Amino acid sequence: MSINNRRRLLLRGTLGVGALAGAGLLAPRGVLAAWPKAAFTADKTEAAMQELLGGTASASDAVTIKAPDIAENGAVVPVTVETSASNAESISVFISNNPSPLAANFVLGPGAVGYAATRVKMGKTSEVVAVVKAGGTLQSATKEVKVTIGGCGG
Amino acid sequence: MSIKMRARIEGDETTVKALISHVMETGLRKDKDGNKIPAHHITEVTATHAGKEVMTAQWGPAVSKNPYLAFKFKGAKAGDTVTLSWVDNKGESDSA
Repeated sequence: MSINNRRRLLLRGTLGVGALAGAGLLAPRGVLAAWPKAAFTADKTEAAMQELLGGTASASDAVTIKAPDIAENGAVVPVTVETSASNAESISVFISNNPSPLAANFVLGPGAVGYAATRVKMGKTSEVVAVVKAGGTLQSATKEVKVTIGGCGG
Repeated sequence: MSIKMRARIEGDETTVKALISHVMETGLRKDKDGNKIPAHHITEVTATHAGKEVMTAQWGPAVSKNPYLAFKFKGAKAGDTVTLSWVDNKGESDSA
């Protein structure tokens, strides 16, 4: 038992060191962009959008957003964004009524197709705004998702 | 901590789907004594193919626990390797 415990401890110790060493080597090098803290902490969609993308987006057919009409569990809301714009540079997802609306920003490198999917938390019923940056313009699509149980509680 | 990743090629497009196991704590939740649970979430996920970054996702705490992620890119052949790595706000990281 005690030997086993020590083994666990040793294992955990080595893993910890590995993780630390790995952080330096494997950390995304920030070639595309550094993590935009101000945009992620802004409490209004417009402010976050301004901070992240430097402008406001206009609605466009070139962007489609796929999300459920009603999300039973706000902790896990699948969101898929697609765009027909061939030169998309980034796809961002904002949830207007969240404490910090910006949920995710996908920076697309060369060769990437205008498609991104993830799952987000929603505190309450809110509009989900997808913004695609393509060729210097900002195009968006909006969809309202009703949340039955919020995803920010315990 | 682990990453599960699947890639599939259709025509010239490759779809990569990944599941990362991570707590994704927002920093807004409180434990039963009313103390705030500190934020602990992934801030950046980078996908690399053939030495090029095809996608970097910058995430806030609003991405769900054990995040799911999917993206598409062009120019991969069967047998190619896509590398995915992430870092969180505590400096922890993992890759696959």
